[in-house]
Amino acid sequence: MLRLHGVAMTYPNGVAAVLPTSISVPKGQFLVLLGPSGAGKSTLLRCMNGLVKPTQGDVTVEGRGSIFRSGHALRQHRRRTGMIFQQHHLIGRLSALQNVLIGRVAAHGALRSMLPLPRADRLIALQSLERVGLLDRALDRADELSGGQQQRIGIARAMAQRPQIVLADEPVASLDPASGEKVLADLHRICREDGITAIVSLHQVELARRFADRVIGLVGGRIVFEGTASQLGQTILEQIYTAAPSRMEAA
Amino acid sequence: MSYATPTRYDAILARDGSAQIRRAGVILLVVILIGAAMSLTGLLDPQRFADAWPAIKQLASEMFPPDFKRYHSWLRPLADTLAMSVAGTALAVALSLPLALFAAHNTTPNRIVYVTTRAILNLLRSIPELIMGIIFVAMVGFGALPGVLAVGLHSVGMIGKFFAESIEHVDPKPIEAARAAGASPFQVIWHAVLPQAMPQLTDTTIYRWEYNFRASTVLGAVGAGGIGFELIAALRVLEYAQVSAILICILICVTIVDGIGAALRNYLK
Repeated sequence: MLRLHGVAMTYPNGVAAVLPTSISVPKGQFLVLLGPSGAGKSTLLRCMNGLVKPTQGDVTVEGRGSIFRSGHALRQHRRRTGMIFQQHHLIGRLSALQNVLIGRVAAHGALRSMLPLPRADRLIALQSLERVGLLDRALDRADELSGGQQQRIGIARAMAQRPQIVLADEPVASLDPASGEKVLADLHRICREDGITAIVSLHQVELARRFADRVIGLVGGRIVFEGTASQLGQTILEQIYTAAPSRMEAA
Repeated sequence: MSYATPTRYDAILARDGSAQIRRAGVILLVVILIGAAMSLTGLLDPQRFADAWPAIKQLASEMFPPDFKRYHSWLRPLADTLAMSVAGTALAVALSLPLALFAAHNTTPNRIVYVTTRAILNLLRSIPELIMGIIFVAMVGFGALPGVLAVGLHSVGMIGKFFAESIEHVDPKPIEAARAAGASPFQVIWHAVLPQAMPQLTDTTIYRWEYNFRASTVLGAVGAGGIGFELIAALRVLEYAQVSAILICILICVTIVDGIGAALRNYLK
């Protein structure tokens, strides 16, 4: 269970991205953060693995306490938490396999990780690639693959960590609708199979309805809706998207 | 997880492994070449360094403390050096821009001009500025003028090449748009090529100005004016305390020049 206790984030330039927010995510849940851009989804996700340190509140993991209690504890938490980014965040000139192996380096010390990683790690990486259907492209350069395939490498990299939690920040926002849906379906299937807790930010209502166990609607850094996907009614959607009516049409 | 296909995994890892062995072979070869170069130049001979130790101690003690008594007679030469770097870089840019247009394959009029210009740039780059300084001192006499000419002409070799590369990397689409609007070749260059390349052109210019200031400090050694002349004079009469003082002055100026360069780059960004 991942818990946010009154987490709030105000950036040094005075922008309050997230107002005090408390969320509990039970193990194995597929939670979708829904909201227009600028609602604070990215900031909230980044608070969950300490890429952003909240200015108020705390983040805890059941049985382990605050993730911020020491630098070591934070790195341990990150090792158990995979992250998937909107822009994939791959090194284009490296092979898909080498990119996925980056998910394994934190399991070793700095010096050991400079040498080729052990066979066991390579097998984990290849298995992760196979699970996203890219085993055939393992030795191809990442930048030679399509956008959807690159995001699959991103998912494989997160899965190679053998994570307990996955954070995905708009994982399909830079893909076309068809491949976006397939990529999200892959992510959903893998998380289900392995019992991984997933927190995924999206702005497409349809995708949230299809995959989410639970939906949290965010507007202006504040929770405006919390419930199951089927409870997402028209009035609530209008509330979430009044700031951005054009997104309603797209959805 | 029922994904286990061990034979396919092994095949992929074997292919990846042989690629890595090839890479390791290349690295080993480079390491051997570096080792050969180091031993050829005496870098791996500890005896040479052991023998040099007393001389190093002697020199260091003579250089300390630095002697700034004559600082007033270094101000003008330092200003000369600064002026040489500014004027030399400006001269270089003025010559480089047209040459770069001839030496970039998207703006050159034809293949012969392209090859000839590239050859000229290579020639200018391959004559060291110190040699150019000696030649220009013989041609126009002592002072800052031969220094400016040496710095300027040698810089053309590098600035022209970098300018040409920046011009070659511009996006062809706006060029097509300008052509479609009926622009002449010169108008295409002026209104579609240069605006795109401008950030790289200014960046190259500022970088080269910083370099030229450092290069100008040496040119005085061959009589081409500036602080280098004072430096070599102090060395000749074995006034090592003054040598270290001049080096400190140069260090301060280089820091200031690099700071101005960084500020300019920031401003133009």
